[in-house]
Amino acid sequence: MRFLLDDEQREFARSLDGMLTAAGTPAVVRAWSTGDHGPGRALWARLAEAGVFALAVPEEQEGVGVRPIELAVGFTELGRHAVPGPLVETVAVAALLDHLDDTAPATAWLPGIASGKTAASLCLLTPDSPYALDADAADVVFVVTEDTVRVAESAGPVQPSADPARRLARPLGGTVLAQGPGVRAAAAHAAGIAALATAAQALGLGRALLDRTVDYVKQRTQFGRPIGSFQAVKHRLADTLIALEFAQPLIHASAIALAAGQPDCARDLAAAKVAAGEAAYGAARTALHCHGAVGYTEELDLSLWIRKARALRTAWGTPAACRARVLTG
Amino acid sequence: MDLSFSPSEDAFRAEARAWLTAHVPDTPLPSLETAEGFAAHREWEHTLHADRWSVVSWPEEYGGRGASILEWLIFEEEYYAAGAPGRVSQNGINLLAPTLFEHGTAEQRARVLPPMASGDVVWAQAWSEPEAGSDLASLRSTARRTDGGWLLAGQKTWSSRAAFADRAFGLFRSDPHTDKPHQGLTYVMFPLDADGVTVRPIGRLDGKPAFAELFLDDVSVPDEDVIGEVGQGWRVAMSTAGNERGLTLRSPGRFTAATDRLTALWRTTADPSDTALRDRVADAVIGARAYRLFTYAAASRLAAGGSIGAESSLNKVFWSDLDIALHETALDILGPYGELADHAAESPAHGSWAEGYTFSLAGPIYAGTNEIQRDIIAERLLGLPKGRR
Repeated sequence: MRFLLDDEQREFARSLDGMLTAAGTPAVVRAWSTGDHGPGRALWARLAEAGVFALAVPEEQEGVGVRPIELAVGFTELGRHAVPGPLVETVAVAALLDHLDDTAPATAWLPGIASGKTAASLCLLTPDSPYALDADAADVVFVVTEDTVRVAESAGPVQPSADPARRLARPLGGTVLAQGPGVRAAAAHAAGIAALATAAQALGLGRALLDRTVDYVKQRTQFGRPIGSFQAVKHRLADTLIALEFAQPLIHASAIALAAGQPDCARDLAAAKVAAGEAAYGAARTALHCHGAVGYTEELDLSLWIRKARALRTAWGTPAACRARVLTG
Repeated sequence: MDLSFSPSEDAFRAEARAWLTAHVPDTPLPSLETAEGFAAHREWEHTLHADRWSVVSWPEEYGGRGASILEWLIFEEEYYAAGAPGRVSQNGINLLAPTLFEHGTAEQRARVLPPMASGDVVWAQAWSEPEAGSDLASLRSTARRTDGGWLLAGQKTWSSRAAFADRAFGLFRSDPHTDKPHQGLTYVMFPLDADGVTVRPIGRLDGKPAFAELFLDDVSVPDEDVIGEVGQGWRVAMSTAGNERGLTLRSPGRFTAATDRLTALWRTTADPSDTALRDRVADAVIGARAYRLFTYAAASRLAAGGSIGAESSLNKVFWSDLDIALHETALDILGPYGELADHAAESPAHGSWAEGYTFSLAGPIYAGTNEIQRDIIAERLLGLPKGRR
């Protein structure tokens, strides 16, 4: 038993955090929201250089081997900086292709995913995954229908999300890539990785919202005192921290279960997804409230985090679906 | 990251489980909060102690097994999963003993710990006073110097099971002329049957006489019963609040066992189409799992040489809220049967949900109210400015 991140994992988080801080992600998110994917793809390449996508790709496909714990660590940092793009979908595609009976699709696509050349999107056409995120910005889009994987012909109709950095597509047509009972198992693996990466992203997002709000309430003065000295404000922020702190070990433990291929890992992932999604959403509500009216504006960068929290709460496993899974396995 | 147990930890778990299977009473003991139940639970402490299961984490010389924190967590998981009785000695074991290990003398440890381990001496805490609750440092009870000892005077209250216990520990003002309220306090142990002590039982919310107030009228206590330095009582009392005590006050095993029972109750009794109820059961399961994992992480940090400190306040708020939520959910599943008093003939599960619910209601209040804990979290973990309480 040593339920702690090791030095290397912590250093990975620190270096990603440093790189993303320096990159100034709010400008990247705003560009992405207007359909200018250039800065986002440039950042994508740097994330690939840092090894983020290779963590979802086996060594024989030019990755570093599938490492769910490191993926969770990495996606926490991506969430902390609200990095845009089909990040979760790309690593989920890696899991999907890696688990197909036929290795040809993996050989065709995974090296590009690991190197950052390929941004992929995915929808499973299940209640958890009706849309392909940012399909219009992805290089390739995969659609799973029951026991069939298709490569979509086009992104299809695209709709805006309440988070302007996300666009939701219904991909059209395409050619069959794989078919058979093995597809269902592969899709389950993809959904598992997607739930883990989304939960980790939510955790990072929530931590960033809390950090920004703590900074704000220390400097914002009313009635002659920083509002952060008022108990009503303090206690709300304390509750936000509690929710985040207790979500984190659920994420790490579910990553361990996933890495070990434990049969009940779907239940553990569901628990992590609910806890992290609710913690991040609660953090967004608290951040909005404690910032007051300025928090309600689009121009404050805080809005980039607030709106994503709502989206991640339901992406890749709604709270209700996950709670049901916790009890039914 | 590693969540697995070593072969020796697995063996420890197996040994504990086998012992508990052989010894845990088939029918629950009478309520710990009554005189009859208190005596039965003291007897159970003797049984635990006879095979060295009463204080597993203590050194062997005091009746323990020198168990690691992780082994202690394993023992607690097995203990509550086995449905074993509540621990009548918990205040002594969880609150006084850590203080003695850190601040006591060898003589005090040798004298106090073995009878605590055996249940021969059961301890009550005497912190709160009528005018000193959350603001504990404003306490007024005094310790006055006499030849070779002290005279204790004043009133303590909300002392759990003091009506049945043997001895108590608390803070007393030994120097009335200090600049700040938390200075000039001294940590003292005293017998509850001494001359000058009057114990008045107070009925709890469920009517059980398990609360008490203590009136102290120049109770004579020798110097040997002062823990730590005279005048340093506040520091002595608080120093153990932030280390393992933050972990050991309420072990995760309690909540994993309770949520297992809740899940079983839900599966056998509840309407499966009631998704609102299902969500609450799921949240209890998720909460208990989160608390268990959070504690493993904290234990790992301690084992790696780290410390806990103000983070124990995160624990306190989390488990006390979880405890209430899971008991409320159980009572709602039981529907009209949830109203039955725990000692009613038809009370489900021998009244354990009803009594557990009443007990859970105290969680956000004792051991530092959750408002105090949230202040600590905000100020020490988030770095927010101090303000008026």
